[in-house]
Amino acid sequence: MSLRDRLAMTSITDAEALLRVEHLRVEVPTRRGALVAIDDVSFDIAPGEVLGVVGESGAGKSLTGAAIIGLLEPPLQITGGSITLGGRRIDALPDVAMRRIRGKEIGVIFQDPLTSLNPLYTIGHQLVETLRTHLGMSSGEAHARALSLLAEVGIAAAEQRINHYPHQFSGGMRQRVVIALALAANPRLIIADEPTTALDVSIQAQIIALLKRLARDHGTAILLVTHDMGVIAETAHRVAVMYAGRIVEIGTVRTVIDRPSHPYTIGLMSSIPRIEGRRGRLQQIDGAMPRLSAIPSGCPFNPRCHEAFDRCHHERPELMSARNTQAACWLYADARQAALA
Amino acid sequence: MLAYIIQRLLQSVLVMLVVAFIAFALFNFVGDPINNMVGQDTTLADRAKLRQELGLNDSFVVQVARFIGHAAQGDFGLSYQQARPVGQIILEKMPATLELSLLAAFLALALGVPMGIYTAINRHSWVSQAMLAISLIGVSLPTFLIGILLILIFAVTLGWLPSFGRGTVVHIGWWTTGFLTADGWRAIILPAITLSLFQLTLIMRLVRAEMIEVLRADYIKFARARGLTSRAVNFGHALKNTLVPVITITGLQLGSIIAFAVITETVFQWPGMGLMFIQAVTFADIPVMAAYLVLVGFFFVLINLVVDLLYYVVDPRLRIAREAAAGG
Amino acid sequence: MAEITAPGAPAIAVRAARWRRFVENDLLWSFSRSPVTIAAAAAAIVIIGAALLAPLIAPHDPYDLASVSLLDASDPPAWLKDGDWTYPLGTDNQGRDVLSTILYGTRLSLLVGCSAVMLSLVLGVTLGLVAGWRGGIADTLIMRVADVQLSFPAILIALLIDGVARSVLPHDMQGAISLYVLVSAIALSYWVHFARTVRGSTMVERNKEYIQAARVIGVHPARIVIGHLLPNVIGPVLVIATINLATAILTEATLSFLGVGLPPTEPSLGTLIRVGNDFLLSGDWWISIFPGIVLALLILSVNLLGDWLRDVFNPKLR
Repeated sequence: MSLRDRLAMTSITDAEALLRVEHLRVEVPTRRGALVAIDDVSFDIAPGEVLGVVGESGAGKSLTGAAIIGLLEPPLQITGGSITLGGRRIDALPDVAMRRIRGKEIGVIFQDPLTSLNPLYTIGHQLVETLRTHLGMSSGEAHARALSLLAEVGIAAAEQRINHYPHQFSGGMRQRVVIALALAANPRLIIADEPTTALDVSIQAQIIALLKRLARDHGTAILLVTHDMGVIAETAHRVAVMYAGRIVEIGTVRTVIDRPSHPYTIGLMSSIPRIEGRRGRLQQIDGAMPRLSAIPSGCPFNPRCHEAFDRCHHERPELMSARNTQAACWLYADARQAALA
Repeated sequence: MLAYIIQRLLQSVLVMLVVAFIAFALFNFVGDPINNMVGQDTTLADRAKLRQELGLNDSFVVQVARFIGHAAQGDFGLSYQQARPVGQIILEKMPATLELSLLAAFLALALGVPMGIYTAINRHSWVSQAMLAISLIGVSLPTFLIGILLILIFAVTLGWLPSFGRGTVVHIGWWTTGFLTADGWRAIILPAITLSLFQLTLIMRLVRAEMIEVLRADYIKFARARGLTSRAVNFGHALKNTLVPVITITGLQLGSIIAFAVITETVFQWPGMGLMFIQAVTFADIPVMAAYLVLVGFFFVLINLVVDLLYYVVDPRLRIAREAAAGG
Repeated sequence: MAEITAPGAPAIAVRAARWRRFVENDLLWSFSRSPVTIAAAAAAIVIIGAALLAPLIAPHDPYDLASVSLLDASDPPAWLKDGDWTYPLGTDNQGRDVLSTILYGTRLSLLVGCSAVMLSLVLGVTLGLVAGWRGGIADTLIMRVADVQLSFPAILIALLIDGVARSVLPHDMQGAISLYVLVSAIALSYWVHFARTVRGSTMVERNKEYIQAARVIGVHPARIVIGHLLPNVIGPVLVIATINLATAILTEATLSFLGVGLPPTEPSLGTLIRVGNDFLLSGDWWISIFPGIVLALLILSVNLLGDWLRDVFNPKLR
C-alpha cells in the first residue's frame, strides 16, 4: 500500500476498533412498502477518538446513534448489518443485556437538557440512581461519587446544588448535569446527539471544551452527531458526512473541511461563510435532500450534483479512496482502479 | 406558600357565596314560598301575616344575609314535602350517601389506577385490549342501566344480593353505618359497583393516556439510555410524573361521585341524599333543593381546595418557584 | 414531491388525480383500517336510520290508543313461550309494541341529543370566539363562569335547571315545554368544553401574522373571525361535538330515567327504561332491557366514532 493510502486510511484493524458498524440498515415499514432510513452505513471508532457525524436534518445521523444503543422507536427497526462493541456484537442482543450496556459501556447525551431531566427528582437522586444501577454502590458511596462528578463537570457549590431540581439550573448548567449523568458509570463511548444545539452560543464553547477535556481525561471515545460544522472542527478527529441515510464521505477533519472530495461535501463547505479569505458569493446547493419515500436510484445526490454523469444515475457508489478521504462517488472510481493496479 | 393558601381560600369562599346566592334565589324567587307552605283555603290576610312573620317583606340584602347566616348554621327551613327541618333530613340521609360514595371512590381508585398503568406499559397485549374494550363499554353504558343489569343478574335471577335498601344498619351517635353488619355489606355491594364503574373507566383511561404521554418524554428516553431497569423507568420515573397531573382530575372526578350518587340511589332505592334530592325535584321542594345545592357546592369547593393544595405539595416546580419568588 | 403535470393537461387527468388523492387520503385510510370503527359507523347508521324512518317502518303506532289493546299486554318477545310475532320484542303493560316504542323513543333521544349538542356548540363556540378574540373583561368573565360551572358535574346542573323550570312553569304547560326545557338544560351544561377549546385556538391564531395583516387592512372583525379563525378550530370542535353527542344522549336518558326528562306520553329510551324498571322484579324484563340495549349500542357507537375522529385529528399520532 502506498504511503498516501496509509495516511488516508480511515478504518482500523479489528483488534483496535472500539465500535465497529458494518453495513447497518434501518428501515421503517409503511403502507406503501418499507422506507430505508439508514442504508448500508459502515464506520469505526477507535478508543479515545472523536468521530463527528454531520449532515442536514433527516440525513439519518440521530437514527444511527439510536440504532447503536438499541433505542430505535418502533416501527423503525434494524434490518441488516452488524454493530460490534469491543469485539462483541450488540445489535441483536435481548433488551435485558442491552440495558447493561447502556450507561455502563455507552453513554448518551441528548439535545435538549431541559427535557432530558426528570423535573420531579433532584439531580442528586438521578445521579445516585444511575450510579447504583451500574456500579452497585451503597447510597453513601454513590452520593460521594455524584459530588465528585458534579465538580468534574464544573458545577460549583456541588454540595448544595446536588439537592436542587432541574428547573433551578440554567441551560448550560443543565447540560453539564446531563454530561455528568452520561459519564457516571465510566462508559468507553459516548454518543452525543446535538449536545450544543439547544444552548446559547457563548455556552456552546464551554460545553465543547468540557466534552473534549473529559474525553481526554477518561479516554472516552465520542460519536458526535451534529449539523454544526464549527463544533466538528473544534472537537473531532475524523468526520463522516451523511446524506439521505448514507455516508458519502469520511476522513480526518482537516482534510474533509479543507480538501473535500465528494461534491456534496464540497458544496457544504463552500456554503459556510468564512471570516478569513476572499469574500466571494456564498454558494448554495440547488434543490433539497430527498424525502425517504423519494430517494433517487443510483447515487442519491445525483439530481443536485453538477458533476453527475451517466453512471451516477444507475449505480450506487460505495465508499472508495478519493484523493485524501474516502468518498462514495464515481468520480474517483478510476483513482481506485489506479491505486489497486 | 401561605399566600397561595390564602388566595385559594378566598377563591373558595367566593364560589361558596355564589352558590349560596343561587340557592337563595331558588329559595325565594322560584314559585311563591307562601303558596308552597299553606293550603289553598288560607285567607289572604293570613298569608300576608305569614309573609311578614317569615321576613319575606324585608329588603333583598337583608334576606340574603339572613339566608346565608342560617345556611352557615345548617338551618334551611322546613321541607315543603315533609314539614320537618331540612337540616334534620339531611343528617339522616348523609351517612348513607357518604358510605356509598367512599366505597365507590375506593373501588374506582384501587382498580382504575393499576389498570391504567398496566394498559399503558403493555400497550399491545390482548389483556390490555380487552380492558380497553370493557372500559369503552363502561363509559358508554349509562349508570342506571348498569344498575338495572346488575339487579337483573344478581338480585332477580341469582337471588344472591338485595335489590334495594341498605340492609341492617347500626347507629353510632347520629351516624348510621351499614359496614358493621353482613346484611349491610350485601346491600352496599351492587350500588357501590354501579356507582364506581363510570369513574373507574374514566380514571383508567386518564391514567393510561397520561402515562403513554409521559413514556414518550425525553427524560424517559434519557433514563432508558442510561440503562435504568424497566421497573425504575416505569414506576420510578414515569409513574410519578403521571400521577401529578392525574391527581387533579381524579380528585375532581371523585367529587362528582357524590353527584352521580343521585342516579345510583334512585335505581337501588338507597336512602341517601341523592334520592332525597330527586324526590325534592319531582315535588318542587325548594328548601331541600337549595340545601342540597349548598351542601354539594361545599363538598366540591372543599375537594377543589384540597386537590389544589395537594398539587402544590407534590410538584416541586410550583413549590420552589414560589418560594424563590417570595424569598428572592 | 409534487407530481408535475405538463402544462395544458386535460381536465380528466386533474380530476383523476384529485380522486386518487381523496381515496388515498389519511382519513379514509385510517377509517377503513379499523374494523371497530367501521362496525361502529354501521351500527350508528342502522340505529339512526331506523329511528328517522320510525313512522314509516314501525309495525305499530304505540301512541294510537285505538290500536293498542290491553289483551296483548305484557306479552314476552316472539321467540319465547307465549310470544307472538306481531309483537317481535314483546309488549309493555299497556299492550304497546316494544319494538315500535323503541323506534319512536330512539327518534326522540336522538332529537334531544342532537339539538342539545347543536345548541351548546353554537353557544360555546360563540362565547369562546368572543372570549378569545376580545380578551380583557369579556374573557375573564366568561372563563370565570366556565370555571365555576366546570367544578360541578354536568348532570347536577342539568337536574337543577330542569327542576327549577318545573317549579316555575305552570303545571299544565309542563308536558308541552318539557322537551325545550330538557334540550336547554343539557345544552347549558355542556357549552363549556366548546368555549374553552375555541378560546384557546382563537388566542393562538389571533397573534399570527395573517390575522394581524387582516386587521391592519381594516377587514371587519366579524369577517376575520368567521372567515379565518373559525375554519381553524373546526377539527377539535367536531371531535368534541361527537363525544358530546354521546354524552348528551346519555344525559337525556338519565334525566328521563330519573323522571325529570321526557314524560311517558312521549317517551325517549330513558323513559322507556324507567317505566319498564317497575316490571323488572316481576319478571317482564323485556320492557326495559331492549330499550337499554339499543341505548347502549347507540352511545357506544357514537363514542367509538368520536374516538376515531380524535385520533384522526391528533397530529401527534400521525
